Amino acid sequence: MGRVVVDVMPKPEILDPQGKAVAGALPRLGFGQFASVRQGKRFELEVDGPVTDEVLAAARAAGEQVLSNPVIEDVVAVYEDTTESVGA
Amino acid sequence: MTRIGVVTFPGTLDDRDAARAVRLAGGEPVALWHADADLHGVDAVVLPGGFSYGDYLRAGAISRFAPVMSEIVDAAGRGMPVLGICNGFQVLTEAHLLPGSMIKNDHLHFVCREQVLSVENVDTAWTREYTLGEHITVPLKNQDGQYVADERTLDELEGEGRVVFRYQGWNPNGSRRGIAGITNAAGNVVGLMPHPEHAVEPGFGPDGARGPRTGTDGLRFFTSVLHALVG
Repeated sequence: MGRVVVDVMPKPEILDPQGKAVAGALPRLGFGQFASVRQGKRFELEVDGPVTDEVLAAARAAGEQVLSNPVIEDVVAVYEDTTESVGA
Repeated sequence: MTRIGVVTFPGTLDDRDAARAVRLAGGEPVALWHADADLHGVDAVVLPGGFSYGDYLRAGAISRFAPVMSEIVDAAGRGMPVLGICNGFQVLTEAHLLPGSMIKNDHLHFVCREQVLSVENVDTAWTREYTLGEHITVPLKNQDGQYVADERTLDELEGEGRVVFRYQGWNPNGSRRGIAGITNAAGNVVGLMPHPEHAVEPGFGPDGARGPRTGTDGLRFFTSVLHALVG
C-alpha cells in the first residue's frame, strides 16, 4: 500500500476569502505574528501497490484535471507520503 | 409543445421552480436525471440552482462528470440552448462550456436579496425578449458567487459582448467587473448567478412596480427560449 499527496492552492492572483478570514481571526486568539494566511486543499490518494513513477504521473494528471480547477487553483505539490504505514 | 429539460442532480434545490417557470412561460418541462445519459428529445436544457453533490471538491465540480452532462455538452456544441442558474452556472464553468469560475463571496457571507441587473446582451437564446440596457430585478442567493477569470478572458468577454448581465447598485459577491452572467460565443449557452425562475409569477416574486411580490422580470428568460426555438 502506498499513498500520494496532492496539494492544491488558490492561485496567487486570486483573492482567498477564507484565508483572509482565518488571518483576521488569528490575532484575536493571540497569534499576532502571522501577516497573512492562504487556505488550500490536501488530497491523499491511496494505491494498493507501491508508489511508482506511473502512479505519481497519474496523481498529477488527476490533480490538474479533477482535483483542481486551473482557472482558480494550482497543483503545488505531488509526492509520496512515507510518514506512516497506510491502514496500520 | 416545446420541451425544456430541467436537470436534477443530488442536492439540486430549484428544479421544481425551474420546471414551473417553463410551464408558466408556455413550455413543457421535462425532468432529466443526472445519472441518465439521455436528454429524452428535449429542445433546450436548464441546469437549476442548489448544492449538487454538496458542493464537494468545488461547486459544480462533481456534477460535471454526471452521465447527463456529456450529453448536454454535445448538444450545446450543436447549438441547443442551455441555461445554468447559480449552481447550474458553476456546473457550466466546470464543464468548460463557459469561461471563468466562481469562488466564495468576497465578504464570506451567504447573500439572499432582490438584486437589480442590467441586461447587456439581448441576442442570446435566453434574453432576446429583453431590451438592451434594461434593468430587471430577480432574487439572488449564493455563497460561492464571486465570478473570477483572468484579465485576458474578462477583456475578451467584454470585447465580444458576452457579458449578458451585470450587477447594478451593489456588487453582492465581489464578482470581477460586476459580472452576473455570461454567454458562449454562439449565444446558446448562458449562465448567471441570480435566479430568474424565482421571479415568474405575481404573488411569489420580488417586489415590482405594481406592488409587493409582483415582480415577474425572470419570465422572459423562458419565453425568450421558447420563441427562439419556434422562430
